[in-house]
Amino acid sequence: MRIPVKALGAATALLLSTPAFAGWEPAKPVEIVVAAGAGGASDQMARMMQAAIQKNNLMKQPMVVSLKGGASGAEALMYMKSSEGDPNKVLIAYSLIYMLPLSAKIPFNWRELTPVSVVALDQFVLWDNSAGPKTVKEFVVAAKAASSPFKMGGTGSKREDHVLTVFLEQKTGAKFSYLPYKSGGEAATQLVGNHTEANVNNPSENLEVWRAGQVRPLCVFDKERISYTGKVTDTQSWADIPTCKEEGVDVQYRMLRAMFLPGKVTAEQQAFYADLFHKVTQTAEYKDYMEKQALKPIFLTGKDMVQFLEEDDALNKSLMTEAGFVAK
Amino acid sequence: MEAFGLLLHGFAVLLTWKTLVLMMVGLVLGIFVGVLPGLGGPNGVAILLPLTFTMDPTSAIVMLSCIYWGALFGGAITSILFNIPGEAWSVATTFDGYPMAQQGRAAEALTAAFTSSFIGSLVAVLLITFLAPMISSFALKFGPPEFFAVYLLTFCSFVGLGREAKHKTVISMSLGLLLAGIGMDTVSGNLRMTFGSPELLRGINFLVAVIGLFGISEILLTMEERLALRGHAAGISLRVVLGVWKDLPKYWVTLLRSSFIGCWLGITPGGAIAASFMGYNLAKRFAKEPGSFGKGRIEGVFAPETAAHASGTSALLPMLALGIPGSGTAAILLGGLMVWGLNPGPLLFVEHKDFVWGLIASMYLGNVVGLVLVLTTVPIFASILRVPFAAVAPMIVVSCAIGAYAIQNAMFDIWLMLGFGVVGYVFKKIGIPLAPFTLALVLGNRAEDAFRLSMIGSGGTLKVFWSNGLVGSITTLAIVLLFWPVIDGLLGRIGRKAAGQNGDATKS
Repeated sequence: MRIPVKALGAATALLLSTPAFAGWEPAKPVEIVVAAGAGGASDQMARMMQAAIQKNNLMKQPMVVSLKGGASGAEALMYMKSSEGDPNKVLIAYSLIYMLPLSAKIPFNWRELTPVSVVALDQFVLWDNSAGPKTVKEFVVAAKAASSPFKMGGTGSKREDHVLTVFLEQKTGAKFSYLPYKSGGEAATQLVGNHTEANVNNPSENLEVWRAGQVRPLCVFDKERISYTGKVTDTQSWADIPTCKEEGVDVQYRMLRAMFLPGKVTAEQQAFYADLFHKVTQTAEYKDYMEKQALKPIFLTGKDMVQFLEEDDALNKSLMTEAGFVAK
Repeated sequence: MEAFGLLLHGFAVLLTWKTLVLMMVGLVLGIFVGVLPGLGGPNGVAILLPLTFTMDPTSAIVMLSCIYWGALFGGAITSILFNIPGEAWSVATTFDGYPMAQQGRAAEALTAAFTSSFIGSLVAVLLITFLAPMISSFALKFGPPEFFAVYLLTFCSFVGLGREAKHKTVISMSLGLLLAGIGMDTVSGNLRMTFGSPELLRGINFLVAVIGLFGISEILLTMEERLALRGHAAGISLRVVLGVWKDLPKYWVTLLRSSFIGCWLGITPGGAIAASFMGYNLAKRFAKEPGSFGKGRIEGVFAPETAAHASGTSALLPMLALGIPGSGTAAILLGGLMVWGLNPGPLLFVEHKDFVWGLIASMYLGNVVGLVLVLTTVPIFASILRVPFAAVAPMIVVSCAIGAYAIQNAMFDIWLMLGFGVVGYVFKKIGIPLAPFTLALVLGNRAEDAFRLSMIGSGGTLKVFWSNGLVGSITTLAIVLLFWPVIDGLLGRIGRKAAGQNGDATKS
């Protein structure tokens, strides 16, 4: 009889908007730590979660967004590391948790934090100016023929955008000058102003300038096309963008968006947040956000998440090593 | 008249009770921080910034910009009554304002200051209203070389046009550039000068530095000098106000010239401080009897105040359209915008029309309301300075500490602020100007990034800074300004030779 009762309990917990059992609950406002600047993809996601939690009354305590984007996000990582045992801080992490320790020798290891859940996967798209080449093939031909290398804009140095640029060079044989800007927004504006020939921004970072008809998506760095078929511009949806593989350039990269607590928190506290973020992924706000920003919905927690993180870590490490970005 | 329609829309956004109340609160707070020596616009805005995080962006920026207008107005009060410039840009106002107050013409001087502030801002707002849409499409022309050229122009104009000794300006600027290098270098992705300290990872926040350099060091100096704050009675009667206004048309050349200088320096990030000095110096240069300046001439109040306000206001234009702050306070507002998820840049005018035009409309309203407010509340604010310094000083120190802490919620920043307070004190003692130091701290990192991105893009040739008309003319202008004292000297010599007599005794 025990098992069904437990299952029933879990089911009611999921159905009701407030926890039905008396578990641990935060007693003060929860800080959601963003490892990037204001207005960036992480910040937008944090604010979506804040709104989703507040509107659906998923937690009694309010949630505050805390921007720790200093030192390309290293500030947030060190902040989480030094907050051991504090269950009122949640980090919204992305691939920097693997890359920063390698490239800048930041004394940080994600295994020192408590993994809560993976909440989304972010895509990367190759974009050029709407006055530029219309397809990947034309783009590669133009890049090879150019007298000086094409300028590729991106966010930060020796990070995901830079890695993608290196692999794009390897697969196409074209040469690019990589220009590391401070944010995806800046990379977008510079592409619109024709100061760079291309960028590899996340969908959310280029969304507005795409809608304004100033940039063109060439291909998405994934195995399959983005699933959303609703029109974003007058003529195109996210699903209309071909994969880079279809276009003959086999480069793939997806980036996790995951929640972490500081190290040394209790299993109860970890369970509370896993449950909370699971509920968040069920809200209309989350679903709407996923579609608008062309993110891939996913929810992993517990062992599944750790396994995912280990595999993802190994993959990122090999990419970083191959690109020559690991500091000696 | 697209701009006019959008402006009306802006007024519509603005005219809610909530926004109007916030505007009044902002103005009063602004005048308050402007009056307190050592606080001032950038500090006031910095301290109050976190309070606005929960507001919607339009209300927040309206309140903050009203603090800014209020501080601009308030800064003149202490300059004239007590010879203490509440703001760096009010320094030039003391030259003639304080003598006027001593001659018992305080009310006249204050009216002149407020009125010219109003005129300066109004000219700048008109400029913003009708040029903003043009500037935002112009903004897309800015790539790394253009940005670097603008930063270079700012640095060079500080060296070339500043009143301080050139070598001291360069020393101060170099120290600022050095400190700006601390933290993560985004171009190489490596850490610099952090010495393994996690606190230094994020670099030195320039606001923390500014609060220490200006606020704390001013307190230290005042303590040392045992400055007694003796106030003058400063009631304003309607008769005095009308008297000054009646004479206003006589000074239209000065007002126009100062407005022009202010707008120009505000848009090319030179800052209100430079503008107020330039306005004063030029008014003196073109006056019929330059000798009477500095002895209580009303024109000596009109000129710097008009220029300071025109530039303080127009400094918001490059901040909104390009993401480059024209002044320290604009830089803080820029940070605020990003916190509210608004990315300043060319698309801001397209994507956030409500916000941009709401802000511009608030400039009109804020100015009119501000003028009325300062004219009626001067006696009250002046009485703050009758409170013994021993009581005011701890309050200022506490508000500085809160301000420094609140920026990044870091205790380390309070120590840093105190350290900068001592640095500021020493700098003032040995006559090293603080403005170039702060400027370098704000723009150093961006100038470096822009330079290195230009170099990556061009394959390492400096020719990129002359690769098109826009970047070429800005770079050339920067170099001309850097060597301006030399060029000016040469021109002066040629002029004297031609005239056969000396005509240049006006340089201050």
